[in-house]
Order: sequence, then C-alpha cells, then structure tokens
Amino acid sequence: MNRTLEKPSLDFETELLTGAQAAAHAMRQVNPDVVSVYPITPQTPIIQTFSQFVADGRATTEMINVESEHSAMSAAIGAASAGARTATATASQGLALMIENIYIAASMRLPIVLAIGNRALSAPINIHCDHSDSMLARDSGVIQIYVENAQEAYDYMIMASRIAEYKDVLLPIMICQDGFTITHTAEPVSLLDDDSVREFVGDYHIPYSLLNLDRPVTQGPFDMPDYYFEHKRQQQEAMEQVPAVLEAIQNEYYALSGRQYSSVDAYRMDDADYAIVILGSAAGTVKDVVDKLRDENKKAGVLKIRSFRPFEQEKIKYHLSQLKGIAVLDRSMSFGSYGPLYTEISRSMHKSKPFLQNYIYGLGGRDLFPDQIKKVYHDLLTGDITGDLRYIGLRE
Amino acid sequence: MSNSLKKYSEILVGGTVIAKEVEQPETGSWRLGLKPEVDLDKCVDCLLCWINCPDTAVMINNDSDFTGFDYTYCKGCELCAEICPTNAIQMVAEDKPVAEFGRKK
Repeated sequence: MNRTLEKPSLDFETELLTGAQAAAHAMRQVNPDVVSVYPITPQTPIIQTFSQFVADGRATTEMINVESEHSAMSAAIGAASAGARTATATASQGLALMIENIYIAASMRLPIVLAIGNRALSAPINIHCDHSDSMLARDSGVIQIYVENAQEAYDYMIMASRIAEYKDVLLPIMICQDGFTITHTAEPVSLLDDDSVREFVGDYHIPYSLLNLDRPVTQGPFDMPDYYFEHKRQQQEAMEQVPAVLEAIQNEYYALSGRQYSSVDAYRMDDADYAIVILGSAAGTVKDVVDKLRDENKKAGVLKIRSFRPFEQEKIKYHLSQLKGIAVLDRSMSFGSYGPLYTEISRSMHKSKPFLQNYIYGLGGRDLFPDQIKKVYHDLLTGDITGDLRYIGLRE
Repeated sequence: MSNSLKKYSEILVGGTVIAKEVEQPETGSWRLGLKPEVDLDKCVDCLLCWINCPDTAVMINNDSDFTGFDYTYCKGCELCAEICPTNAIQMVAEDKPVAEFGRKK
C-alpha cells in the first residue's frame, strides 16, 4: 500500500468518550484474536466496555476471564506464542502481580498490547493516579507510551499492534493513560471507521508459531551463562529499532487520521528559555499555564514525553540543550534517589545538569493546579534551582 | 566448544529453538538406577504415558499403538509408571535384561 504524508480530507465520527471507552473502541476495531484480562480500578471500564463489544458481536475476540493478573499475562503469553494477536489491560496492584510475566513476554519477544490505567501502588491502598505502577515495568523490556488525553489513548491503542509486531521489534507495548483523569473523563474523541483501522493494522504472522506442527519449535527454554547475555543484548537491539518504527507508523497514521504524533510533544519550545518536562495528562494543564506565561512575554515551554521506553535521548536533547532552566515533574518516586523521569533527563543533559530541578507531584491522585505550575516556572525564571528534590502540593 | 558459540545477531530472538536444528542431548544417561518396563498384555493403548512423558521417550506406531520406550532419552522420572491406569508399566533395575524398547520378556 502506498500512503503519503498528504493530509487527507477528514469526515470522521466524533463521539463523547472517556479514555477507557476510547481505548475499548480501538480494541474493538483492531479486533485482537485473544484478550485475557482481570478487572481492576481504574482499568475496569476499558475491559468492561470491550467485553460488551464482544458480547454484542462487534468484535470476534476470544475473551479469557482469568482469576488474576498473573494468569491474565500467562494466558496472553500462551496465546501470543501460538501466534494470536493478543492484548490485556491492568493497573496498580494488578500490574504489580503481572510483573514477572511482563518480563517474560518481553524476553520471549511477544508483541502483546497492554492498556494501562495508571494508579498508585499500595500501601496505603489508593485507587487514584500516579505512575508508580507502570514504572515497575520500566526495566522489563516493554515499550511504554504515556498519553495525555482520550484521543491519544485511542490513537496509540490502534498504533500499538503495528509498533509491537514490527519484525525488528517484537516487544510488548504499554499504552499508559492516567487513571480517572483520562480513563473516567469524557471528551470528544474522533473515531476512524472500522474498515480503515483493520486495513491499517493488517494481519499478524508470528515468525515461529508454537502451534505449527510442520515446524516444531521450543519457546522460552532454559539459557545457560553461554547464551543468556546474548538474548538480553537482542532486547536492547529491538528497543533501539523502536524510534524509527514508531516514527514511520505515526506518519502512516497521520495519513489515515490527520493527527500527527511524535515520540515527544514539544509545545511552544522553539524559542523557549524555560521548560517543564512531564508525562501524561498533567501536560495539558501545563500547556494552559504556558499560554498564559507567553501572554506575559515569558519564554516558557513544555516537553511532554510520550515514549518513555525507549527513551529517545537525542531527540529530547535537541529540544532541551539550549534552555536556561528545566523542571522535571515526576508522578512517581524512586525512594532514596530522584524521580525516574528526572534521572533520565539528567543523564541525557549531563553537561547542563546545574540547570535541572526535580519536582514530585500528584502521588495518589493529588491534583496539580495551574498556580502550582506557575510557581515552578517562577522558580526557573528567578534562578531558584538548587538541585534538591522538591514536592508540589505536599504539606511540609 | 567456545569457538562454536554464536553472536547475539546470529541466533533467533526470544530464545526460540527450532527442534531439528539443535543437538538433542541424550538424557537417558540421567537415569539413577531405574528404568520403565511394560507388559504389553496389560496395555490398553490409552497413550497417557505418551502425552505425559516430558522427554517424548514413549514410542507409538500409527498414531495409536504404544510400542515401548526410547532409553536413549528416557530420564527415568517414573511419571509413566505412576499414571498408567492398568499398571502395565513398572520401574525395574537399570541392569535388568529387557526385550527391545523395554517390553517385558
């Protein structure tokens, strides 16, 4: 098929959908062969909506209702090894329970799509958003995309299969949307027609199916010290292929949808002196604050990171290297060190490290208000950059 | 041996192993003094031993008839003797003389 980058004339349906419903519509249109899943707040509406689509005959997916997230991922690994296009969904404790199998799916190079509704980890138990859960999987070998709103959740859930299944990639992929803030908040979402999505996604053929009796294979065998290291190096190689694949698929998706994406979303960064770097839904609030600061002739910008794994260091450096001050806002902690996003940015920007400041915000669903974001920019503008860990909205 | 080890770019991803392309270790040497023996008069060809054998060391003919054991690969795990519903399979001493494929004389 020959797609160009010309923006097509658009006549698509727009519906009022939550992020969870939008993700479920994407799953319905992609129509995976197998979905094995266990419900957990705030992911539940994703799979509840999708299950209804299956029950109504709007998707032909084989649903496997399992007894835990560990089983959900185990069943997904089995299905994917057999050659099925496979998806699952989870959050928080469910993701924690799934984690050993996420490592296995990544190591076995199974392109399983995971829809995540980000939620804090216990204890104390909390059902609201932060990024502690998906950060558990940071080093697992899964591709991680963080989205800002329901539209992005829909779009990336469609692109996910293509990215994960690309022959030089073959890795599981997480599409992370903030729990409640995105999963449960309705906004207008532009949907593609079903046929276009199915054509875009196409058929999936696993290189070595476990069920091909004409060519018997073993999947997931034992590795001695003489080969384990080589298999780990292959996973790094696969991740290194992702940026180019992601870009190509985003461009192809642009031709289909008219919505152009990049692994990083640079907002008013062209002539910016000061920027916030952030993941997920809070980027939307930061953009509003940036607009107000620009009205006051303050050169503020925001860099939203969509692809956290792989972390596209060179692209990020391109946007940040000329800045006078950078605030990195993390919605999870690595106790005893800095936030995981800050650690990445710090490594990427080591030559200008004195200009970096890390803030932790929003743990357990605590709101991030525009005035607090304004204060962060004020710190940058006034040179109040000490390098120590700061907390937004914490009583201290 | 180390000269034949391959680079990461030369092996299949994900640890996939194509059965016919790898050396099959002769796991029969792992047995610790016991081997299975079968009394074909008691065997009902249920093939439970065949489907459960972790080493595909149970041999069948015509996809349906149990014929015996391949001692080159049988590890002596005793699973077949344990699950055999008619007690046709017994574990016997390694040095006991048996007919071909472990059939009872």
